[in-house]
Amino acid sequence: MRGLGVVVGYALRESLRRRVFAIVLVLTAVFLGLYALGTDRAFQEVADFERDPVLQAVDERTLAGATLLGLAMFGTLFLGAVLAVFLTHAVVRGDAERGLLQPLVVRPLGRTTLLAARFLAAAAVCAAYAAGLFAATAGITYWAGAWWPDRFWLPAAELAAAVVVICMLSLLGSVFLSATANGIAVFMLVGAGIVGGLLGQIGDALDSETLVDVAQKASWALPFEALYQDALHSISSKSFGLTGEILRLGPFGGAQPAGGALAPWVAGYLAAAGALAALFFARKDL
Amino acid sequence: MPAALQTRALAKRYGPIEALRGVELEVGEGELVGLLGPNGAGKSTLVKIAVGLVRASGGETTVCGAPAGSRVARASLGYLAELFRFPGWYSADEVLRLHQRLAGSHGGEAERAELLGLVGLLDARDRTVDAMSKGMQQRLGIAQALVGSPRLLLLDEPTSALDPAGRRTVRRLLEELRARGVAVLLNSHLLSEVELVCDRVVILSGGSVVAAGTPDELSRARGVEIETATGLREFPDATREDAPRIVAELVAAGERIYEVRVRRTTLEETYLRAVGEEAT
Repeated sequence: MRGLGVVVGYALRESLRRRVFAIVLVLTAVFLGLYALGTDRAFQEVADFERDPVLQAVDERTLAGATLLGLAMFGTLFLGAVLAVFLTHAVVRGDAERGLLQPLVVRPLGRTTLLAARFLAAAAVCAAYAAGLFAATAGITYWAGAWWPDRFWLPAAELAAAVVVICMLSLLGSVFLSATANGIAVFMLVGAGIVGGLLGQIGDALDSETLVDVAQKASWALPFEALYQDALHSISSKSFGLTGEILRLGPFGGAQPAGGALAPWVAGYLAAAGALAALFFARKDL
Repeated sequence: MPAALQTRALAKRYGPIEALRGVELEVGEGELVGLLGPNGAGKSTLVKIAVGLVRASGGETTVCGAPAGSRVARASLGYLAELFRFPGWYSADEVLRLHQRLAGSHGGEAERAELLGLVGLLDARDRTVDAMSKGMQQRLGIAQALVGSPRLLLLDEPTSALDPAGRRTVRRLLEELRARGVAVLLNSHLLSEVELVCDRVVILSGGSVVAAGTPDELSRARGVEIETATGLREFPDATREDAPRIVAELVAAGERIYEVRVRRTTLEETYLRAVGEEAT
């Protein structure tokens, strides 16, 4: 355990020193600034709904708030994925090729401990980032339009878990692939998951069972997407009537709830991916 | 007491390529052994198997009696890789502190200061790795390998980035380590360096040991040269034992003797002969 703590500290320090962390922080600041500006303007625009006889029945603050926060959650997942990939894409093969890994691996702590420590450090940074960014965007939405999501803690935790899953996939990939190849592969997986989710939303709007089925299978195979979908659903899960219907037809409203099996599935998925990474790392020639 | 490093019938195969073919090697306690061989001879593979970075395909390797790669074996050794890097933002002192914690060393600041002093980096202890020259980083790498007072030190090309002064520092360090009873396996291309400091030399070629012995054993007599008043006289078949008799005969014949040289092959000549075709 002492060795684990030492490497977690080492990896945390490395994470925070990486240039990509500074870049993500700058991008985050720009994103939050633009989000505050856009949210403020959007809430001013939808205030006119009250004068429209057709839209009078719509809760304009819920419609705007849920849609904007849904968009912010997409941004959060994307930035979280960038951070997750860049913190973990080179952990094994990339670091071995640069000669950073060998001095650590020959120490008595063991390869599995080293891998677990690197994962824990990256997961801690990425989860804190995703949850923090979600909280910041929810706060901005409340500041601009006095709207608060129906559930707060669940989507925050699910977004954090989604980027932790991406961390694990990237860590697993780093055992087999060079840093660049792994980074590209994980970003493609993230893209594939998001496209799968969008397909599901389209299928939901068109009432296409096939599309919904494909999207559901894809989101369970890549559970960061299932977590993201469930988080999206939970921010407006208590909306009903015309507002609820419009939200479900919107770009972030067709998200499906995942149900109670998601948490154990994600835990098992992380454990299985971690075990695979440890198994192949233990057998790898460096 | 078990040997610091022992390999028995050690084999390693990378797909169709046999990197090591039944290598038998032993490094005794406090012994300094040089590992020589051309590129691709299997030297680095052997060292990597010993430190647990590479898994052997066959045979047996033990470090201080424990199977290579095991936690006990890794706790007994220090290693400097041929290609290594430390995080650029770490200072020399921080690198050593990190490795002290990983190795479970309780040496504290005194150990760090001693190691930095041994490699001539005491004045640069607060300098970051990024601000160090390649040679300084290599010396820091050697200090890192010595953290925790290992019984066996494996150095893979430790002087490749060093200038002559740096090489001399490392030679003195190796002699100091021998005096302290640390066993060293030195993998180097620099034959002169190996010849100067090593107790024994093992030459690998094509994954097999092609020659082994002390530097004296590996060099052989190549005649006697005697400088006389009438010029240089050569006796190509004579040995060191023949020299007094030859000198006596020449003096009896009225020659004036100025210098007697017993010629031996150098380690380089022995090496080139041992690796033969690959070297040419």
